[in-house]
Amino acid sequence: MPAPGTLYLKEMSTGIVAVTSNRLDLEALTTAVASGSGADGAVTSFAGLVRQENLGRRVAYLEYEAYEPLAVRALQRIVDEALAAWPGTRVGVHHRIGRLELGEASIVIAAASAHRADAFAACRYTIERVKQIVPIWKHEHFDGGDVWLEGATADPDDETARQTAYRIACA
Amino acid sequence: MRVTVRLFARLRDLAGAGELVRDVPPASTIDGVWRTLVAEMPALGEYERTMSVALNADYSRMSAAVNEGDEVAFLPPVSGG
Repeated sequence: MPAPGTLYLKEMSTGIVAVTSNRLDLEALTTAVASGSGADGAVTSFAGLVRQENLGRRVAYLEYEAYEPLAVRALQRIVDEALAAWPGTRVGVHHRIGRLELGEASIVIAAASAHRADAFAACRYTIERVKQIVPIWKHEHFDGGDVWLEGATADPDDETARQTAYRIACA
Repeated sequence: MRVTVRLFARLRDLAGAGELVRDVPPASTIDGVWRTLVAEMPALGEYERTMSVALNADYSRMSAAVNEGDEVAFLPPVSGG
């Protein structure tokens, strides 16, 4: 296992992805995806936060675990998919791992584009795909116990799942 | 031949370790590695239909061949975000 705090960062012209145990910085990510040259007409952003309640349980804190090299690859794949779906859009996504307290951001996403519709759609698409195919898991610690949360069986080649994310993004 | 097995989240808890080294016969598949693990730790078997697998940190399939020194990962349904 990599040492805590290890940052897997891959910067490409199409976006920036990272899995990190450091606190996330949405403003920095937003700045990183925006061209700054006037070409963009919109930048949208999303932050996912640790909520105090889940399925009737009082959450104390969350611990996130990742298969880090594959998580970075999956994030990059999602960014590439978003670029293919909305050409000219730049997407960045950073996911935090380790222990997170209530109210802290577990994920931040920013999407910049010439037009707002593409920026909103790419941002929404990215979070939906993260939940489908990125190998990261939440370990919920709540009053009275703890539980691993399990969502989707990750299969990046599942075209039906991809289409579902796309439909949600364009709704 | 020797392969490294990576287990995550509840699969890791069930196995009591996140990284194991196992000897498997030549020409084994990921499925063969999985059978070896489940024979040893039957509790893991409940994930057979819902897990994903990865070979050397890339998504793969149970039918994929493994080679000496490969890293095989078994991944419960994901819950990031």
